Amino acid sequence: MSTASETDSPPIPGLPAGVAWSVGAPTQAGAPTQAGAPTQAGAPTQAGAPTQAGAPTQAGAPTEPGSGPRVQTGQVLVFPELSRYHEVAESLQRGGFEMLSDLCAVDYLTHPGRSLPGGIRPERFEVVANLLSMEHGRRVRLRVQVPAEEPVVDSLWDIYPGAEAMEREAYDLFGIVFRGHPDLTRILMPEEWEGHPLRKDYAVGRVPVQFKEAPGPR
Amino acid sequence: MADTESVGTAEAEASQEGRVHTREAEASQESSKEFVAETSEGSQELAPRRSTPLGELHREVGSVLRLPEGNVLDASDIVTEAPDSETMIINMGPQHPSTHGVLRLMMELDGETVLRTKPVVGYLHTGMEKTGEELTYIQGGTNVTRMDYLSPLNNELVFALAVEALLGLELPPRAVWIRMLLSELQRVSSHLMWLATNGMDVGSTTMMIFGFREREMLLAFFEKTTGVRMNHNFIRTGGTAADLPDGWEDDVELICDTVVARLDDYDELLTGQPIFRERMEGVGVLSAEEAIALSATGPILRSTGIPWDLRRSMPYLAYEEVDFDVIVGTYGDNFDRYAVRMNEIRESVGIIRQVVERMPRGDYRSDDRKVTPPPRSLIDESMESLIHHFKIFTDGFKVPEGEVYVAIESPRGEIGCYLVSDGSGKPYRMHIRAPSFVNLQSLPVMLRGGLVADAVATISSVDPVMGEVDR
Repeated sequence: MSTASETDSPPIPGLPAGVAWSVGAPTQAGAPTQAGAPTQAGAPTQAGAPTQAGAPTQAGAPTEPGSGPRVQTGQVLVFPELSRYHEVAESLQRGGFEMLSDLCAVDYLTHPGRSLPGGIRPERFEVVANLLSMEHGRRVRLRVQVPAEEPVVDSLWDIYPGAEAMEREAYDLFGIVFRGHPDLTRILMPEEWEGHPLRKDYAVGRVPVQFKEAPGPR
Repeated sequence: MADTESVGTAEAEASQEGRVHTREAEASQESSKEFVAETSEGSQELAPRRSTPLGELHREVGSVLRLPEGNVLDASDIVTEAPDSETMIINMGPQHPSTHGVLRLMMELDGETVLRTKPVVGYLHTGMEKTGEELTYIQGGTNVTRMDYLSPLNNELVFALAVEALLGLELPPRAVWIRMLLSELQRVSSHLMWLATNGMDVGSTTMMIFGFREREMLLAFFEKTTGVRMNHNFIRTGGTAADLPDGWEDDVELICDTVVARLDDYDELLTGQPIFRERMEGVGVLSAEEAIALSATGPILRSTGIPWDLRRSMPYLAYEEVDFDVIVGTYGDNFDRYAVRMNEIRESVGIIRQVVERMPRGDYRSDDRKVTPPPRSLIDESMESLIHHFKIFTDGFKVPEGEVYVAIESPRGEIGCYLVSDGSGKPYRMHIRAPSFVNLQSLPVMLRGGLVADAVATISSVDPVMGEVDR
């Protein structure tokens, strides 16, 4: 895992200076060691592959000359501080990441000791936004730490309107509030559901189904 | 329809008072902590204009997406004080044959013109992402395969690829090519199903019968290969569950020949048919900028003219080794989406033929005994194999700590799997980026300003699978 200092030129178009980034999944010893564990591990080994012994990775994706390590699609991580999350996303959008392909949240309640690049303090929640640049054929993943005491994060809706449903889903299932979202209501659970089911302290099973005007337990 | 309308209006009027209060209460709550604790977060339904917050109204009316002015809120032409008595909020679904499951749309109509639309989803929510955290990596396939039930093999594929990426596992070539074969057959089957339901939605019941008839051949092949017609759990971590059955080349060849011949029939039945074109052309238009802004992928994005196909742009499996064209449209209307899917079937058949020709020999799954079970014959001979077999099916295997996002091109667009592992035998978090869920956001933009009679055709052209939307 390589971590950038401020002097390195970020290999990510549009990334503001001073924002922590890394390549590849932070892994423990014994895990695959190459920086940027292969995304598409289903690609064939060349032994006996029918034709064309090109590396199975990223055939069409152009990388800029001198742009740091050759990175696998999807495995470039950016760790903005909570306060700079929106600004970083906006700057990346200007840098060519025109689509927000995915946004979800993770509750790290029972797995607190994960490794993050220097200066980033792990919090209970993490909002993960996958940005896609069609022009450069690459992805970048924003991972922003959201504290449990005040799970509020800026909404990306004003720059990526496609965030609307995804942020509602994260709000519904994790209780993370997206500041600036136009219609922050539940989307998958019933309106008057209590609790946020994908949180780790939410029990699995035996939760009585709560529906409006439903009769009590029979 | 008359009943639905009157009920919808009555409901809207009856609950208007309450809704105003809820929304005001919401707006006044500055403290986010209280906001989180609050469990009645407000209605998911479409509210009358005067009780809808301005930002939300902007989104629903679509001014936010009026590009290229960009994301500037242009408040002047949004009528917030529209007399609600002149417009009508009606309810379509969730129990409606044209909504492809349990999609519920609330539409504000002025006469027959659609002003605003809001999809209300969640009727099929079964907490599959939560369930995924309770299942081992081996059991996980049975869970994800049930999300997009019209292309289960692609769901299994993206999950397997994500787990393999965390494991750093390399596959034998035959496994890769079998996966590619199945993925493309599934694309054909899914698009045929779409043609069938789309035909029915625009009034061609013949097309419905035709589509189901051809799909039956593919399902029969899947049954022969995997044992079941749907929800196969066939593509597993480390390869596939079994090898292809004897004589599979002949079956696939027959499927290819039949489908290609029948596609010409469909062209005759639909493509050149004036009534069909009348209903599809220029209806439900989405621009390229809007599609990108709304994160739409798959045939919806390509129909607007953007050649973005993950098989070509970010190749996985062995797609960089096969020849195929990325089909794009021009106008982004219903007809383009129809034409893109139609021609994607032809391209998929082309890929399938190349796969049949070049299918490598060898193992159909990795021989990493920590991940895949040993062959049956070894279990009788080797104690170690017996232990491996037992451990895999009781404990599963452990996946190194880490997180990964893998995306592939499903028939509906980019299906992604974001997997977080804490080093145990179960995913710490398993998130599926469901293309139908995200694509549904573009539906209100497509419907805006159109006729309510065209709504059915447009819903159909988005091709949502509610199992995947709601997960």
